[in-house]
Amino acid sequence: MKIFRHPRSLTSAVALVAALGAAPALASDITVAMQLEPPHLDPTSAAAGAIDSVLYSNVFEGLTRFMGDGSVVPGLAESWDISEDGTTYTFHLHDGVKFHDGTTMDAEDVKFSLDRARAEDSANAQKALFAGITEVEVIDPLTVKVTLDAPNGSFLFNMAWGDAVIVAPESIEGIKQHPVGTGAFEFKEWVQGDKIVLDKNPDYWGTPAKLDEVTFKFISDPTAAFAAVMAEDVDVFTAFPAPENLPMFEADPRFQVLVGSTEGETILSTNNKRAPFDNKLVREAMAHAIDRQALIDGAMFGYGTPIGTHFAPHNPAYVDLTAQSAYDPELSKKLLAEAGLPDGFETTLHLPPPSYARRGGEIIAAQLAAVGIKAQIINVEWAQWLETVFKGKDFGLTIVSHTEPMDIGIYARPDYYFQYDNPAFQELIKTLNVTSDPAERTAMLQQAQKIIADDYVNGYLFQLPALTVAKVGVQGLWANAPTQATDLTAVSWAD
Amino acid sequence: MLRYSLKRLISLVLSLAVASLVIFFVIEIAPGDPASFMLGLNAQPDTVAALRSELGLDVPKIERYLSWVGGMLHGDFGTSYTYRTPVAQMVADRLWVSLPLALYALGLSTLIAFPAGIYAAARRGKPGDMAVMGATQLGVAIPNFWFAMMLVLVFAINLRWFGAGGFAGWDKGFWAGIHSLTLPAIALALPQAAILARVMRSALLDILGEDFMRTARAKGLSRRQALWRHAVRNAMIPVLTIIGLQFSFLLAGAIIIEQVFYLPGLGRLVFQAISARDLIVVESVVMLLVFAVIAVNFLVDLAYAAVDPRLRQRT
Repeated sequence: MKIFRHPRSLTSAVALVAALGAAPALASDITVAMQLEPPHLDPTSAAAGAIDSVLYSNVFEGLTRFMGDGSVVPGLAESWDISEDGTTYTFHLHDGVKFHDGTTMDAEDVKFSLDRARAEDSANAQKALFAGITEVEVIDPLTVKVTLDAPNGSFLFNMAWGDAVIVAPESIEGIKQHPVGTGAFEFKEWVQGDKIVLDKNPDYWGTPAKLDEVTFKFISDPTAAFAAVMAEDVDVFTAFPAPENLPMFEADPRFQVLVGSTEGETILSTNNKRAPFDNKLVREAMAHAIDRQALIDGAMFGYGTPIGTHFAPHNPAYVDLTAQSAYDPELSKKLLAEAGLPDGFETTLHLPPPSYARRGGEIIAAQLAAVGIKAQIINVEWAQWLETVFKGKDFGLTIVSHTEPMDIGIYARPDYYFQYDNPAFQELIKTLNVTSDPAERTAMLQQAQKIIADDYVNGYLFQLPALTVAKVGVQGLWANAPTQATDLTAVSWAD
Repeated sequence: MLRYSLKRLISLVLSLAVASLVIFFVIEIAPGDPASFMLGLNAQPDTVAALRSELGLDVPKIERYLSWVGGMLHGDFGTSYTYRTPVAQMVADRLWVSLPLALYALGLSTLIAFPAGIYAAARRGKPGDMAVMGATQLGVAIPNFWFAMMLVLVFAINLRWFGAGGFAGWDKGFWAGIHSLTLPAIALALPQAAILARVMRSALLDILGEDFMRTARAKGLSRRQALWRHAVRNAMIPVLTIIGLQFSFLLAGAIIIEQVFYLPGLGRLVFQAISARDLIVVESVVMLLVFAVIAVNFLVDLAYAAVDPRLRQRT
């Protein structure tokens, strides 16, 4: 199969044209393309989603894991017991799990991984996931007991993150270049700037992978991405960067387009401490000035679900609050006048590189201008965005997609860059964090969504779609992206 | 010849020193901290501080500059912040794509430009000349990334003669490597060939009007013999200058073409490093490119002397 896609030379390409008519044998390898290349291959010491996109579930596994529908299921821990007071978790590990270097995965490795992540000098980008852990004890090789300082309703969820995967002390030294995990695929090679190749792990403890070899290619240019799929150089393109091209793939019998949901709430982030945004009326006025559907059509070519609060619509606890901030420019102008700004005001709008922000920003700026708010667009690179907007809090408005799953808790941090400070909300999240009853949690999550929507903390725009283009015949791909992952363990070619 | 070379060498070293200063401080002054970029939105301040000291970013800028320059003097270009591999090794890997691509493109552009330029000069004002001039006008005007996309559309998507991009790797064999570099090389070469052909033609025309050309004809050489024996060699000075400039451009300027064809070359490395604020990689690669440009110019200066004996004697 591969030879058809990468002809060795012009002559063999010509020779093969004749052969193309013949039915190709069922392939056991796949080439998956994505935009960003991982900086290195250690998911436990960087925020780069590209690392998880390649390695999560394929190479590395945690105690628990995410499924394609966002649910959390047992991973390396086949079961667990939770103490009455909810502060100790006793995990029972799968027997016979081996790392790719042949060493056995046991309770010592779990202790090592968790202790490493929560250590003083840890470089874990999501250290907060481990903050409540006070002790990790090895009971026997297959049992490990984790003690928390307080009950934590989302502890099992936290352990499913890519930042909480189990690594081995024997291979930690070289993990950034040569990752050694327990997954259904093992790392083969990385040609920097080009590709990462994974091979099937023949000794996998669970359901073995159906593919023998997986190649990840990194194509950052949207036009090149389109060409690579069209020329069938790649079999799958995840998080396809050019939504405007999707109708062409949909119309082409060679391809299938999967439109799913991600955890990315795309918001018009507002500096709640800076005048005039410290006035709730002004924020409310902005919310009514935005026509979400026009934004989704213009910036995302129709792909994306409108949201009215900071929560993923596919989550069972989601409340649809979009009506509360429906498009109504007249109301918006009235509210501005009420706030003492009948002629509007001037502000800045920082736009990071992704197209949802750059394209969306132009549309938002035009919509705001229609009610008298003149937002000056400032295009920034990510590093600059982090420095000035996120760390320096020197901004009026910005557009960004918050891609961490279940991150409504950021509204309880008054020093977070949009600087929302509501003690009642902070209290609610505190209680939520120590509640494990699912029904109570749902009620609290819904209340939290309503509070931030009532306060119009930020402009809530749309949920970022997960757009995947694949050749017809590829089956078992995740349509949704509950975490940044390209789980290929169940992927195969149809007959 | 020796004194001439020595003078050129001194100016080469001075240019490098100034370039290193400018590169380092311009890149360091731009906002954006590599450590907080790598750790993302949810990182805690102590985590960022730990990473900063691990990367050596907590040291004052002047000290970092000196250790960077000191390291480069004995071939140590530092370690990438994000990839955590030595920059020298990354650059060496990428050069295996970028250098052959630049040479391939340069070869193609010369192969096209020389005959076209000479043909046009020999048929000055005739339809052949007009055709070549029209074609080169078009070649100069078309941006190479657009041309690259057109090549992909025709030869990769429709005809399927080539892949839409990517590099097969030299381990798959020489021809596989050349095959995957062909479209990018053509995209790079054609605009360059157009420029070179125009230079070649006008240089030849200038020389054809010189007295010694009349003398050459008078002593009995045919037009063609005079052109080949006397004119072409004398036209080489401006042509060599352009080739030198083009080589630097092909090496450094392939950034966009490497994006369009997603080739794992030097340009892509710089591009990725800039967006990840991998400062040490950006600084070292830009420094290397500056060195390459200056070195090529140095070689071109020497080549002038080789083709023009007067330069050797005068200086």
